[in-house]
Amino acid sequence: MIRTVEELNTRKAQCTAALETKINGSDGRRHIVLCGGTGCLSSHSAEIRERFIEVLKEKGLEDRATVNQVGCFGFCSQGPFVKIYPEDTLYRMVKIEDVEEIVESDIQNNTVVERLLYVDPVTKAKVSKQDEINFYKKQKRIALHGCGVINPEDINEALGMGAYEGLRRALTMTRQEVVDEVTKSGLRGRGGGGFPTGRKWQFALNVDADQKYVVCNGDEGDPGAFMDRSILEGDPNSIVEAMAICGYAIGASKGLVYIRAEYPLAIERLKIAINQAREYGLLGEDILGTGFNFDIELRYGAGAFVCGEETALIHSMEGQRGEPTLKPPFPAVSGYMGKPSNVNNVETFANVPVIITKGAEWFSKIGTEKSKGTKVFALAGQINNVGLIEVPMGITLREIIYEIGGGIKDGRQFKAVQTGGPSGGCLTAKHLDTAIDYDSLVAAGSMMGSGGMVVMDETSCMPAIAKFYLEFTCEESCGKCSPCRIGNKRLCEILEKITDGRGTMEDLQELRNLAAVIKDTALCGLGQTSPNPVLSTLDNFWDEYVEHVVDKKCRAGVCKKLMSYVIDREKCIGCGKCAKGCPVEAITRTDYTAPGHKLTSMVIDSTKCIKCGACINNCKFGAISIQ
Amino acid sequence: MAKLSTNAVAKILEICDRYTDEKTPLMMILSDIQNEYGYIPLEVQELVSARTGISVAEIYGVVTFYSFFSLTPKGKYIIGCCLGTACYVKGAQQIIDKFSDVLKIKPGETSADGLFTLDALRCIGACGIAPAVSINGQVHPKMTVDQVKKIVDDLRAEGGAA
Repeated sequence: MIRTVEELNTRKAQCTAALETKINGSDGRRHIVLCGGTGCLSSHSAEIRERFIEVLKEKGLEDRATVNQVGCFGFCSQGPFVKIYPEDTLYRMVKIEDVEEIVESDIQNNTVVERLLYVDPVTKAKVSKQDEINFYKKQKRIALHGCGVINPEDINEALGMGAYEGLRRALTMTRQEVVDEVTKSGLRGRGGGGFPTGRKWQFALNVDADQKYVVCNGDEGDPGAFMDRSILEGDPNSIVEAMAICGYAIGASKGLVYIRAEYPLAIERLKIAINQAREYGLLGEDILGTGFNFDIELRYGAGAFVCGEETALIHSMEGQRGEPTLKPPFPAVSGYMGKPSNVNNVETFANVPVIITKGAEWFSKIGTEKSKGTKVFALAGQINNVGLIEVPMGITLREIIYEIGGGIKDGRQFKAVQTGGPSGGCLTAKHLDTAIDYDSLVAAGSMMGSGGMVVMDETSCMPAIAKFYLEFTCEESCGKCSPCRIGNKRLCEILEKITDGRGTMEDLQELRNLAAVIKDTALCGLGQTSPNPVLSTLDNFWDEYVEHVVDKKCRAGVCKKLMSYVIDREKCIGCGKCAKGCPVEAITRTDYTAPGHKLTSMVIDSTKCIKCGACINNCKFGAISIQ
Repeated sequence: MAKLSTNAVAKILEICDRYTDEKTPLMMILSDIQNEYGYIPLEVQELVSARTGISVAEIYGVVTFYSFFSLTPKGKYIIGCCLGTACYVKGAQQIIDKFSDVLKIKPGETSADGLFTLDALRCIGACGIAPAVSINGQVHPKMTVDQVKKIVDDLRAEGGAA
């Protein structure tokens, strides 16, 4: 139990020393850490850790090395990761079978296991140190600074990394001073809205009430986004601390974290952090002897994307359907149970302790004029380096995709990158040199969103992608307002017509008309932004839409109803197996005999073909293809 | 209309009572019931209503709103295919189609023998290991269409024997 600032400082000094010893190996030992994020855990990193402990014991090396789990390294496509301190050697795609070799070669004989090192996809060189890998070089990890370094289930390691220094400092300032610091930093909401955080806190501070709430939005519903998951799994104390700082600033004694049920590991790690913080007296009554009381409870989502919208989230916490309500009144004035509530996203909160510790001026030097600081992006899709990256605002798309991302997989061509999930739009090759920040993305017809960046190559069909997003939005629409409930459904139906080959040029105009109406009249952000993927793909890929509508062709080969199954009559030996297996008798014999063949070739009647693919499965000669 | 067993009634009332101090306990009660039994049929909703004073209409409205709450029982193995964008561009649609084919049920349905439920999931945040499939909460990374039949066969062997 830490009751005073002096006790906190003493404990922190001990923890910092312990963490430093681990990282620089001054205790003469090697320190093995393994990534404990969801991605790596699903690839057995927990079992790999157990195996390390086992092997070290077998060889009597328990005193020579420690084994610990840490948070998400972010480089998910190359996991599971094993890192060894003090050399900073990073092994990737480690399997249980590799453990013995790592122990014998590296731990015992100080020889790096070359075959497990990362290979740069461009230079083909092996890289042993994490900081030298291109994926990490251009990153600036502020919100993610603890992830992949500390054990998220041990508050002592968090303390060693500087946790709760922000809280200590904030408690020496006045509440207005804390709010001013956040305002001066220029921090904007990282959940997608980009609203200035300091201003939001000011609204809540300005209201007089007997009870206020700090609410952390951990719903992260955007498909393709896992930034908040990694922060919660990798460094949950940063959120606990940030919420306490916010509580002090706005005058709230209660914090609520709304966390989606799809994140069981994040829930568990957050619970551990909260309990440990309570044990240490960093949550609860009379924190650090200042008289400030603050505690945090968890509330779980139940699978509803719309609950990421702050009013819907609040209603969900109140035990109701997650239907948004009109703003004003804003949650800062009337939120949870009608009380003033400040709602912020996980990543926004993760920046707060650093801002208070290092100062607003330090933070505002990073980024662009109107978008300060860094942003965590979840780079996914058809790119070589899939994972989580944190980069300063103002970095270009080209740097992200080619330098950090390692370029497009399998040597294909970059076609588009979707940002902002179902609320966003796509950026294309002409945007590659755009400096990424809130405003530049809006100007390009997209938006920052929560940070999901899904990279697409020529195998993605843009009308089909627009349809995919609309199907999602229709499913997730709460149904309360007509523009979203009915409008999005109609948008989706038109897109289905187009991908089914029944679209017309009038449909393309109708898409624009409908989209404009929905954007103008929907009740909440979900409805207002749902037409964005349609408008963005229409603007950037007009030719592809016209091809679907006029030529009835899908150049990416995705829209099955626009594809034809064709028999190459030169390859076909005429065995007739395809015809026998065709459920609609669409295949008949021609009178053409290919050179060198005895029997005549078969042909598919495309007017009868239902594109089931049975013929392709039956043909042993590769004579049938989809065009 | 099935009658609830005495044990179930006791358990459900106990779950309701866990949250007597909460001003807005409904989501928490329903979450606990869903985790315990896998579904929340009308009879259970009526019981919760009687204990908490919240109307059945309101409870039914909440149960049908959230995708995690189910009105019908789930199978022994809940196979959830993530259809988030990152998984989608990596072929998740083909994977869920294959599961649907092999299990002979559509997404959202449970097999007649009660062994399998197939769900299309919203993004579960495992984009780095797309396409992701979650089986009873355990995430399987980088799924391919070729792995599907064996996974189902293995589960059937394990589950059918139990």
